[in-house]
Amino acid sequence: MTENGFINAQDVMFAYEPEEGREPRNVLDGVTISIQRGEFVALLGHNGSGKSTMAKMFNAMLLPTEGKVFVDGMDTVDEAVLYEIRRRVGLVLQNPDNQLVASVVEEDVAFGPENLGIPPEEIRVRVDEALKAVGMYDFRLNAPYKLSGGQKQRIAIAGIIAMQPDCIVLDEPTAMLDPRGRSEVLETIHRLNEEKGITIVLITHYMDEAVQAGRVIVMDGGHVLLEGGPREVFSQVELLKKHQLDVPQATELTYRLQGMGFPMPCTLTTEECVEALAAYLPPVQAVP
Amino acid sequence: MAVIELKNLTYTYGEGTPFCKTAVDNVSLSIEQGEFIGVIGHTGSGKSTLIQTLNGLLRPTGGQVLLNGKDIWAEPKKIREVRFRVGMVFQYPEHQLFEETVLKDIAFGPGNMGLSPQEAEERARKAAAFVGLSEDFLSKSPFELSGGEKRRVAIAGVIAMDPDVLVLDEPTAGLDPMGRDVLLAQITSYHKTRGNTVLLVSHSMEDIARTADRILVMNSSHMAMFGPTKDVFARGAELEEMGLRVPQITKILACLRERGWPVGTALTMEEAVRELLPLLEKGGVKA
Repeated sequence: MTENGFINAQDVMFAYEPEEGREPRNVLDGVTISIQRGEFVALLGHNGSGKSTMAKMFNAMLLPTEGKVFVDGMDTVDEAVLYEIRRRVGLVLQNPDNQLVASVVEEDVAFGPENLGIPPEEIRVRVDEALKAVGMYDFRLNAPYKLSGGQKQRIAIAGIIAMQPDCIVLDEPTAMLDPRGRSEVLETIHRLNEEKGITIVLITHYMDEAVQAGRVIVMDGGHVLLEGGPREVFSQVELLKKHQLDVPQATELTYRLQGMGFPMPCTLTTEECVEALAAYLPPVQAVP
Repeated sequence: MAVIELKNLTYTYGEGTPFCKTAVDNVSLSIEQGEFIGVIGHTGSGKSTLIQTLNGLLRPTGGQVLLNGKDIWAEPKKIREVRFRVGMVFQYPEHQLFEETVLKDIAFGPGNMGLSPQEAEERARKAAAFVGLSEDFLSKSPFELSGGEKRRVAIAGVIAMDPDVLVLDEPTAGLDPMGRDVLLAQITSYHKTRGNTVLLVSHSMEDIARTADRILVMNSSHMAMFGPTKDVFARGAELEEMGLRVPQITKILACLRERGWPVGTALTMEEAVRELLPLLEKGGVKA
């Protein structure tokens, strides 16, 4: 097996403890995924497809019943390296209220590095840097409960960044946020990916978030169904719909027009779609 | 006739303390019987506070809430009845399930209203059917269901009380695209069959575009807009300034309109295609 990726999952099987008298059901049924350092990967799938379970494999929150997961070359079943793995891969969950522990923003961000036994002077530096990285430095002395959802979620991300991870896995981090909160969080993780080279694995139900990723992995029934660049994946409109997924409205519009015989390219974003239509529509002057 | 009327509604948290904050400021509006109203606004805009005044969970610090023409606080002791007539489904309602079986959980509300166990169960069965839960679900424990199913049980629990006004706060948050579609379709069909008034609070502009007759936009404690869905979503730039969006399909057509093409406002894919077709047919060569 190759071990060239930063995270390598090989033929991972997993079943939750079944209820009494029931057969265990494999939530993951032979998943092989490799994630390179510095990548931005979106993980899609309907509820129950196994994507959240898979995410928990990436930092040893769950261990495979069969198969292997390697993080930076370390086997996640090896308890001796558990700490090292968790330091490298941070997890951000859906509900920010369940992830914030302190009554002051900067203390919350310091919680992780404190637990790692980092010296106080360095913690100070890390906390400030992490808060600046998510654009929340001005709020460092605020109480988390008074912040908006998007701000809270950015504090949760700052808490992870302060541990200086190589990779952040985010499980539907924007599900509870309003449109502005969503873009704040999205912009933040893209910046961390581009400027700090942090590997991002983003689990989402929002297709407009997935189109911005470098690579998209679609899971279904405990398997990888599709994998590739966003354009490659989202051009498979029928297949995605069949598996209870959606495509961005821009993609769907150009896809429908294609079906009606208009030669449209596959578009992913508002801008692309507008340009594709503008290129095809009669010139404005010609329209009465 | 108006089922809900707000007259200069104001709600201030911590009134009389140094921390007082006005969350809803002088809102007046009227909602007709049978309307489907979308409620949008960024976090902290006051929309959650506003909906909590509708069934008396919060008592206005100023102004009035009228239900079928009567001030709901005219007789404070009767506020419990208002809660049966204005049903409220909160965010992540599945966290509030507690009974042994799905049927008992759904029947809890009607039982509380003083109906006999048989009547309550009858109501529960009907409500379960509305949200697409088949017979075989009814004897299951709510805790063995999937997230989407649990949510439908919770919504059925409110529907079972047969409220005149149903308020849903972010009913599709966290559901996958298919789960969202199915739940919205059930809510719409319930609304049509029952003919009651529905208020849907959502951050998903696509959900709102597909369901609402009119949209209420809250911004910094004020009512910023209240009008037909198309008119509100035609004001994309203003909405963006308030931290809101319009559906992507609406935005695409708005961009084309700005560049001079005569296309109207579209809320759905079908409408967009209808707007574009006449122009496209005059365009390049069809393959």
